[in-house]
Formats: sequence, C-alpha cells, structure tokens
Amino acid sequence: MMPSVAFTSMLSCAVAVSTVIAAAQTRDPRRSGFEDMSRESQAMQRDDTANPGMFAVLEGEELWRAKVGSRKTSCADCHQNAEVSMRGAAARYPSFSTAWNGPVDLQGQINLCRETRQNAPPFPLEGPELLALSAYVGKQSRGMSIAPPDDARLEPFRRQGEALYNMRQGQLNFSCANCHEDHAGQRLAGSLIPQGHPTGYPLYRLEWQGIGSLQRRLRGCLIGVRAEPYAYGAEEYIALELFLMSRARGMAVETPAIRP
Amino acid sequence: MVRWLFLIAALSVAPPAIAQLRAFAVVGDAIPQSLTGQAGDAARGRAVVTDRQKGLCLLCHTGPFPEQRFQGNLAPDLRGAGSRWDEGQLRLRLVDSSKVNPSTIMPAYYRLDRLTRVGGAWQGKPVLSAEEVEDVVAFLLTLKDTP
Repeated sequence: MMPSVAFTSMLSCAVAVSTVIAAAQTRDPRRSGFEDMSRESQAMQRDDTANPGMFAVLEGEELWRAKVGSRKTSCADCHQNAEVSMRGAAARYPSFSTAWNGPVDLQGQINLCRETRQNAPPFPLEGPELLALSAYVGKQSRGMSIAPPDDARLEPFRRQGEALYNMRQGQLNFSCANCHEDHAGQRLAGSLIPQGHPTGYPLYRLEWQGIGSLQRRLRGCLIGVRAEPYAYGAEEYIALELFLMSRARGMAVETPAIRP
Repeated sequence: MVRWLFLIAALSVAPPAIAQLRAFAVVGDAIPQSLTGQAGDAARGRAVVTDRQKGLCLLCHTGPFPEQRFQGNLAPDLRGAGSRWDEGQLRLRLVDSSKVNPSTIMPAYYRLDRLTRVGGAWQGKPVLSAEEVEDVVAFLLTLKDTP
C-alpha cells in the first residue's frame, strides 16, 4: 500500500513539474511592473474608486467636453464619445503625424489637435491638463493590447530609440539596457528593477505622489545615472517610447497604472 | 609576463577638466601606487561606501553593513573584497573597472573621458576624488571575511 501511494505521489509530482516547465518554456518572459508590485498597490490599481490616477481621468473627461480656443470647440465636437472613438488609440501611439511630419506621442497629438483644430494654445508639457486628457484617452484602451502601427515612416525613429536604449550615458555611464535588460528582477538598493515596459502611462507613482508621463519617468532614470536629461517633448523621448512600445507589443494597456 | 605601463599624462592635449585627474600608472591589472601618495583612511572609506549620494556602492553591492537597509544585488558581495584583491587591484577596479572588464556596468570612479552626455552638475568631475578613492581602497582591504 505504502509503496504504491509513494509511487503515485511521485508520479503526480513529476507530471506537475514537467507541466510547470512546459508552461515556463512557452510563457512570455515579459512582465509588467504590475506583477511585481505589492498586493496593496495591485489592489489600488484594480479598484477605480481607490486608484488616485482616476482623478486625472475624471478631470480629463471634463476637458474632453470643454469648449476652448477661438473656435469654441471641444474634443467631443469632433471625436464625439471618447469611449468609442478613442478605444485603442493610446495603444497605437507614438504614431506618425503627417501634420507634424514626424512621430508624435499621445500628448503631442493632443497638443497638435489644440493648435490646428481648436485654435487653442498647447497645454504645457507635463502639466495637469495634458496629463489629465492623456490619462482619459489612455484609459479608453485599458486592457487592450499594445499595437504599434506598422508604418515604415516610424522605423528610423524606432531604431533611433533602440540605439538610445543601448547607449551608455551620464557620469555613472549606464544604458537603459544595462539595468532593464540585463538586471531586471534584481534589486537596485531596495527597489526591484522592472523590465521597463511602458504599459500604464500616464500613471500614478507613489514616489511622486502624483501622476506623470513616461517622459517624466525616463527623465528620472537619466538624472539617476547623472546624465543631462532631455527637455520635455524632445525627439529622443519619442524615439525611446517608439522602441519601448514595440518591445511591449501585445502587452495590455493599464492606464492609469499605479507604480511604487 | 605581460606588463604594460599606461600613463594619463597627456595634459597638453586634454581638455582642462582632464587635468584635474592625477597621473597614475596601470601595471598589469592594478594601480600599485596611491593616487595621492598617501595611504587612505578606512573609516572615512566606510562612510563613502555607505553614502548613497557619494560612493553609491550599496545601490548595486551587498556588504557587511548591518545598519544599512536596502542593499543591492546586481554586483558581487563586498565581503571578502580585501582577500580577493590586493591594494593595487582594488585601486584599478575603482578608478576604471572597464580596464579589467570592458563590459562591466561598474562606473569608473576616477575617469573623465569616454563618457557621454554627462549632466551639467557632474561635468569635469570624477565620481570620487583621489582622496576618496584611497579611503575606499583602505576600507575594502579590511573586508577579509568572505560571505
């Protein structure tokens, strides 16, 4: 009796182990920073009534309807219901703007709309209005797969972003890849190094006690390695975002995410 | 035995900032002579190592610092550093670790060239002064116990 029980449990154990190994081999090795957050932070992100990023989303919803500029037009006047028209939009940015003749991120597109359609001044970069509107637009893609456009005009900029990602810089001489590629999952002092997928921007960062863009986050890393940060809106950030979004292709949009 | 001498003394062609660095000679995988001509102070070196704005060591390394929370694990444990390397080897690994391992992520603590887009506040300055490098060398030499 005993040997057969032992044998059966060994057998089931072996089956379980091989199943786990098979799963590990087929599983996507990419991880959103969400998976490595505390349960409390995960719960905060999941619950819209607890997620402080939702304040920006609600503010963005008001801005969507606000009639502005010399033409007194709102976003809604052209795009109507954002829940329909903006669904999936953020998952495709940065994209190529013919008006700008170059790649633009979502915030850049919002400002282009203001200038060319609403005849209104652009919002200051990283200001509360632009963060709010992009959080509102971004939220309409929540749960959808990141889907960078298949646009050959973007390719040189994406490659520029990849080169920047791998370029060592600053007094401490680190590239993005040195940490987020080669040492993701390890600890820089007390902080787990994430793989650096931009799945939830703009997001509420506990360290900031506020909402911020991917550019703000990239700026933080540049300052950390003692490099000269690029100015907000710089083409280098757009190029990096293009590369990071292509690297995160297929991962789910989390906007507005929470991060430590 | 391959030995070579490498002198950073090209003051006439170097930009002014480079002139701030003292000349030193690399022999094999070491800088045998003190950068300052003096021995460092191990107690001051410990303070540099644990200072997260100055030495930054514990962002990546763990070490025998029971009072320090949140030590990194990207790089080897500092325990036993003084057994693994001698004084000159430690000095070169601090001054410019890439001389030993070209792909290392460890910053060069006493080098100004071959850096890109250094932030304004840090331009023309090594991460540590020659005195601080000597203090850290003196401290690391005291870490004889391996983990």
